[in-house]
Amino acid sequence: MTDKALSIDHVCKDRGKTRVLDTINLSLAPGQRVALLGHNGAGKSTLIKSILGLTPIHGGAIRIGNATPGSNQARRETAYLPEAVSFHSALTGREQLTLFAQLSGAKADVPGLLDRVGLSDALDRRIGTYSKGMRQRLGLAQVLLGQPKVALLDEPTSGLDPISRQDLYAIIDELAAQGTAVLIASHALTEVEARTDRIAIMRKGRMVADDTLNNLSALAGLPIRLKVRASANPDVLAAELDGSRINGAAVELLCSPEDKMEALRRIAGMGDAVADVEMTPPKLEDLYRHYAQEEMQ
Amino acid sequence: MTRFLAITHTEMLILRRNRWLLVATLIMVLFALALTFAGSAPTGTLGVDMLTVSVASMTTLSVYLAPLLALMIAFDAIAGDVDRGSLSLLLSYPAGRGEILLGKFTAHLAALAFAMTVGFGTAGAVAAWFGGAGPESLMALVRLILTSILLGAVFLALGYLLSALARGATAAAGLSAGLWLVFVVLYDLGLLGAVVMDKGGTFTQSVFPWVMVANPADAFRLWNIAATEGVAMASGMTGAAQALPVWAAPASLMIWPVLGFVLARAAFLRVEP
Repeated sequence: MTDKALSIDHVCKDRGKTRVLDTINLSLAPGQRVALLGHNGAGKSTLIKSILGLTPIHGGAIRIGNATPGSNQARRETAYLPEAVSFHSALTGREQLTLFAQLSGAKADVPGLLDRVGLSDALDRRIGTYSKGMRQRLGLAQVLLGQPKVALLDEPTSGLDPISRQDLYAIIDELAAQGTAVLIASHALTEVEARTDRIAIMRKGRMVADDTLNNLSALAGLPIRLKVRASANPDVLAAELDGSRINGAAVELLCSPEDKMEALRRIAGMGDAVADVEMTPPKLEDLYRHYAQEEMQ
Repeated sequence: MTRFLAITHTEMLILRRNRWLLVATLIMVLFALALTFAGSAPTGTLGVDMLTVSVASMTTLSVYLAPLLALMIAFDAIAGDVDRGSLSLLLSYPAGRGEILLGKFTAHLAALAFAMTVGFGTAGAVAAWFGGAGPESLMALVRLILTSILLGAVFLALGYLLSALARGATAAAGLSAGLWLVFVVLYDLGLLGAVVMDKGGTFTQSVFPWVMVANPADAFRLWNIAATEGVAMASGMTGAAQALPVWAAPASLMIWPVLGFVLARAAFLRVEP
């Protein structure tokens, strides 16, 4: 129990008659980065608010280290970045971050933190003049206050340009390196794919997947896609490989991970008839579609 | 323990930045000065100094303005943060909701106190300069300023209550306007109607003064009027004040801010950002 930074154990929550969280289990070890995926309304934000103690749960238990959600200790050890964060427009970035530092009780190098997220030029400008991306960076700066055990980031990349996204993931890696468990609720699948240790997928309030990307692929049994370009007659190639023609010169065939080498050997054995082979393993997007849209059983 | 002071400090910055403090102080100064000069005519006939008359006029002014100014800051305090989406972040920090509310309250009350003191102080100084003042009328001025701040405190707390109950800042603003209308205007009209209907019966004799003093705005008026004979004469409102024990109006005006704050805190605890 104590070696987990965050443990969520059989958590249920009802809103009126609908069950918005249904027996959710999830645990994060210190330094682990986990992506939390799911459609809008799947329960991601509700889960995050439950972890923060902002909304009551009706079954199960949540622990941040050894603390219960909403307790002072839990709030000291949790950092949170809300979706589309906003602040009072009359304050400057420095003033806002100083307030958060005082509330957290952490000794903080406010200008240093703002510099870390690339806001050193806007230190003493009012937040009202900030762009959406700058507000998001300011929100990120307050996540770095203190040394949180758990960081909960709700759609952290929304409104960020590509360069800022790279910076964001660099900061997330830093957090993880210092031992913070990071839970990232996101829609940006391709980014999350490369930058997290584990993927958790929610659907209609239930956790439908929670594993590494590789294990999830194996579990889902999604096919690997091979695209073979013919040098002469694609129809002959299609017939021989038992694939389907997808354009003038190419043939596509799907094969399971176990049959992959066998298929490649066959293609290689065809000699000059094949001009090129492209292999695409299942992407997170395919996986996501598989898990998030799978019919209820 | 210092957390609520951090909130206070930030709220003060906001009030200064968005010119609320400046505008509120200007309104107070202008209205107080205008009333002092407009109301200075009966000085000779009543045989009291000009400051006394000025305090009587400003008492009437404050009944309307103090609640209005207080509600104008308070309505946004919780609903505004909910609308902006910044409340969930604030509440993820280790500061209790009571502390957050207390921090805002302290800042808002300090701003109100500043506007009241400068506004009434300026008008009082002008009145004393032109028409003379005595120890009693100076006391009345100090009492006016302090009770106005108390009255402001009542409506700050009630404003937070509405801000926590309302869905969104716009709704909170509407509710606040309604609250102001009820406490400051309709309540007295209703009582007036009841007294007229009752034609001096038991209601008028024994119930009416208590119902009246239960309203913080009326308690404020009664306290200021009952305490100074000159002010009572100048405002022509002695009857109701004499029917009640001396402690009734001060007690009402001191219980209301505490009651309002407790209710506001309870409502704030139920807010799910």
